[in-house]
Amino acid sequence: MNIASILARKGGKVVTCLSEQSIREALALLAEHNIGALVVVDQSGLPLGMLSERDIVREAARDERFFGRTVAEIMTRDVIVGVPEDDLRAVRHTMTDRRIRHVPVVAEARLVGIVSIGDVVKAELDQYSGEVDTLQMQVTPR
Amino acid sequence: MPRPGTGGRPLRVAVIGAGPAGFYTAEHLFRQPGIAVEVDLYDRLPTPYGLVRFGVAPDHQKIKNVTAAFDKTAAHPGFRFFGNVEMGKDVAIEDLRAHYHQIVYTTGAQTDRRMGVPGEDLRGSHPATDFVAWYNGHPDYREHRFDLSQEQVAVVGVGNVAVDVVRILCRTPEELAATDISDDALAALRESRVREVHLLGRRGPAQAAFTNPEIRELGELPGADVIARPDEVELDPLSRVELERSADRGTLKKVEILREYARRSSLGKPRMLIVRFLVSPVAIHGGDNGETVGLRVVRNELHATAAGTLQARPTDRFEELPVGLVFRSVGYRGVPLPGVPFHDAWGVILNDRGRVLEPDSREPRPGEYAAGWIKRGPTGVIGTNKPDAAETVACMVEDLGRDRLLAPSEPESGAVLALVRQRQPQYVSWTDWRRLDALEVARGRGSGRPRVKFIRVEEMLAALGR
Repeated sequence: MNIASILARKGGKVVTCLSEQSIREALALLAEHNIGALVVVDQSGLPLGMLSERDIVREAARDERFFGRTVAEIMTRDVIVGVPEDDLRAVRHTMTDRRIRHVPVVAEARLVGIVSIGDVVKAELDQYSGEVDTLQMQVTPR
Repeated sequence: MPRPGTGGRPLRVAVIGAGPAGFYTAEHLFRQPGIAVEVDLYDRLPTPYGLVRFGVAPDHQKIKNVTAAFDKTAAHPGFRFFGNVEMGKDVAIEDLRAHYHQIVYTTGAQTDRRMGVPGEDLRGSHPATDFVAWYNGHPDYREHRFDLSQEQVAVVGVGNVAVDVVRILCRTPEELAATDISDDALAALRESRVREVHLLGRRGPAQAAFTNPEIRELGELPGADVIARPDEVELDPLSRVELERSADRGTLKKVEILREYARRSSLGKPRMLIVRFLVSPVAIHGGDNGETVGLRVVRNELHATAAGTLQARPTDRFEELPVGLVFRSVGYRGVPLPGVPFHDAWGVILNDRGRVLEPDSREPRPGEYAAGWIKRGPTGVIGTNKPDAAETVACMVEDLGRDRLLAPSEPESGAVLALVRQRQPQYVSWTDWRRLDALEVARGRGSGRPRVKFIRVEEMLAALGR
């Protein structure tokens, strides 16, 4: 199973912001969409970085008046970008090894989605429970 | 007026497509506490169960036991089946909106992806699913013909469809005769002259999609030797590192099974199955009469993506396979339904966790949903559709609570029955299907087969006395 199967049921909507936007604006977006991270994109819409809850908490602890500063100052720049063909299992390993919770996905030079560690775990769980169910059915039909 | 689902006013739901996703959707709806639900399950074919009937291989009857769970759902008093009724032809989306509070599309992934190589449309080059539908007696495929006089066959892909196809090609007539394979296919496969079957994987053994039971079964075929190439089942350095990191026992076992195949020598069985890795088709060669005479493949190597997946990349080494028949199984996609937003790149209905979205605003379209392969694409086994349908039903229940429903003018089960009778007098009810089912089983009894399928719609209707 690959991450295209996660994106297929997420509507392809990715909440993004620009690096020159203020942190205040970014917070409003996170709250409005009830999400944990924004993809920071350049003018062509490709990922430049990620702005996660972690980035914000880290900065808030350091500087209480950081709301007016720009996203560029606090975003994580070292971003791992996925492709729709990436295997779920490999992506899970990469995310847990490197302690990242969101992977933006790019196809044909376009941002097409984002997967969170929660999405990956749910998809794998559904896959396992489906396999168990199908096996049980062969042994003890209800 | 009371909210639908309460009092004497049931929530009325149309489900389009009677495969596993359709049945699991109905099952989850009936399980909702405190909500009275009526489900009408439509299928364009007269028979229910979708790919359990037309996809699951005839020599895997146990997997078909899942229909017992579907039958239980069908026994619910709020359930009706309208077989042989096609949306967009017999009933329009407007008809459904006039009679239901919610509509769920569970139409599956009905078409195959193309390989995108020259010669793909030559005679003798087929989607593997056409062959599968044909041997499983799908009415739409009864006129299909496959040139089984060819001695060499290639099957492109290593997913479960590809594995089913090579297994059926390698089964002996005696083995097939004990299954519910279609009579036409049984007759054609009895005459098969296929001797060598090449199963072609794009990536390495550690990345192959087939399951361990599937690959092990290939090693136990009475009528075919299975072999692999030692150089292709040895893990490349990247796969080795990945496997050590994940310590995934299933994959280790898979590689072990394949290595054992590479050590095997021919036992002189009538057929030979050759499992290949790290090869991709680049062209199908045609003969003077437009027939397939060969397949050119390129050798691949693996590279790691940024997110850590090992993907295939072509090298400059090529190889020619002298095959006269090619089956491709490199992925599947859904077919757009008239009037329903579709995401072309992913081949699914545009949706968010099962809620159908408007293409421009990406906002949910009230009352319309998707579940199964038309929602998430063709992944997982039959049971994977259960959590998938549960997710969709959770959205439906949430929307019911917020009164985000369709506004049907006539949400009455009697009105729907009258409409279906008028538009498609030859519709097949659940009672009709039970009769067909009993007749098919009876037809198989004399010859020790689980059933002998009706493979023509007219035949089914005639059996029902129409």
